[in-house]
Amino acid sequence: MTTVVHLRGRVDIQHLDIEFGQGTSRFKAVSDVSLAASTGEFICLLGPSGCGKSTVLGALAGHIVPSAGRLLLDGEAINGPHPDRGLVFQQHTLFPWKSVLDNVAFGLKMQGVPGPERTWRARELIELVGLKGFERHYPSQLSGGMQQRVEIARVLINQPRVLLMDEPFGALDAQTRLKMQQLLLDVWARIRTTVLFVTHDIDEALFLADRILVMSARPGRIIDDIRVPFDRPRDARLTTTHSFNTLKRRCLELLHPDSGQPTLDRLSPLGDATATLPALSMSDTRFAI
Amino acid sequence: MSLPDTLAAGLAGPAAPVSGQPRRLPRWPAGRLTAFALGALSLLASLLLWHALATSRAHLGFITFAHVPPPSEVLEAGIELLSSPKLSLHVGHSLARIGAGYLSAALAGVGLGLLIGRFRWAARALLPPLEVLRPIPAVAWIPLAILMFPSTEVSMMFITFTGAIFPILLNTIHGVEAVDPRLVASARSLGTRGPRLFAEVILPSAAPGIFTGLSIGMGTCWFCLVSAEMISGQFGIGYYTWESYTLQNYAGIVVGMLFIGAFGMASSALVRWLGHFATPWYRLQEKKA
Repeated sequence: MTTVVHLRGRVDIQHLDIEFGQGTSRFKAVSDVSLAASTGEFICLLGPSGCGKSTVLGALAGHIVPSAGRLLLDGEAINGPHPDRGLVFQQHTLFPWKSVLDNVAFGLKMQGVPGPERTWRARELIELVGLKGFERHYPSQLSGGMQQRVEIARVLINQPRVLLMDEPFGALDAQTRLKMQQLLLDVWARIRTTVLFVTHDIDEALFLADRILVMSARPGRIIDDIRVPFDRPRDARLTTTHSFNTLKRRCLELLHPDSGQPTLDRLSPLGDATATLPALSMSDTRFAI
Repeated sequence: MSLPDTLAAGLAGPAAPVSGQPRRLPRWPAGRLTAFALGALSLLASLLLWHALATSRAHLGFITFAHVPPPSEVLEAGIELLSSPKLSLHVGHSLARIGAGYLSAALAGVGLGLLIGRFRWAARALLPPLEVLRPIPAVAWIPLAILMFPSTEVSMMFITFTGAIFPILLNTIHGVEAVDPRLVASARSLGTRGPRLFAEVILPSAAPGIFTGLSIGMGTCWFCLVSAEMISGQFGIGYYTWESYTLQNYAGIVVGMLFIGAFGMASSALVRWLGHFATPWYRLQEKKA
């Protein structure tokens, strides 16, 4: 497979405000966030739990409507979800009734790509994320790390201009997480799309990113913009170098100011989930006459 | 086979409120063969008890076995019915009514359930009249159905329809409401729009719940059919049972009962079997859980 360089994928966020809730329980999740990501850039949004970084991602994905501000992709306003902006969640959202192959090929099916082409293009991506031989498996038959590989392949098949990742490796064990970070960098080296990667793991951000945007606790604001100067390709040895640790200390100081702030609940990139659940009046379902 | 296995074999929706942990029964030492022998022995004992009570015309005060036919007479009557041309006439009529009533209930129940479960406006508009009709047992419809439908045949199909639709409708609604909103969000991000969202995400996701409803609906369907046939039939297994009573062919009553049980069981098994094959991924998830 040849390296694909997208000439698109410029993300602009201007003065983004996002509020959730009704009446007195209304709160500001994101406050005056502005950022610009250039084509093919790998940006990590780093911040404490509940700071609104996932919310920013959800707005970019088109699942959350901002209260104020502008969201642009290549100069066009973002309006609803689109395959150009691929979203990867912390817990996989693979379709449990579809095989790995059909999950990965799903985006192409929605585009109306004919069956045989879907199959070979999906196989190519499955191979790229190291899952050759698992095409016929169902998601529930895979480990957490493998499920996230499928998820990444499924998003990449649409050749998104920007890849939005919401703590995609947060639920994995430490060993698997390191492997997945390496895999992501390998994949990104070949499919150079813009990446916005949300994490609260400093090591992960430093290992992956070109730039780290550090966010404050709620309401989330961007409090620092750190350039990560390390050469690529990177491997695990990087995390033991002096310059890595110097940057890590800077991040630690930003994330842990001396005040003992309470930790907040994680926000979903789908917004205030509790407000969207429909009320069910006919609740007893297993009745017979 | 232990009891938990049999329970697990039944198809239950993910949202269906199944009672807690299956109870672990202490294992019988010599395993399946003994268990089978024990079951057979118990059946035989029941038969003998029936035989003894019926042949002695036992009169126990509040209950009398004076008119209850003994097993041998029932067997004779059963063989006679099996070899008579009346059988296919009765069975054919019953199956045709079940087929028409059940299939239309399945179509209407799943269709309405998808709408109500997915769209708030549909729930607001359609639920109130359904809530009013739901507590009315299908059998209570019989007199009005006879008045409403000039054809008795159609009125009986209507009764079976009424019996089957609510379990199917409610389980479909529940299945649709339990669809993971993240799956829907992912599908949208991958380019799914409008009706394809139903076909690709909502319907398969709700399928286990829908099949639970279809299975329960099949049971209630037979219940209602037999009641309807007893009151306004000319052919049909329910009618045969009632006719046997009026003609003082008491053995025929029990033959009819056994046929109703056998057909009810077989048709429910058929629905469960279909569900089993339509949702292969679901079995894998169950096994894992």
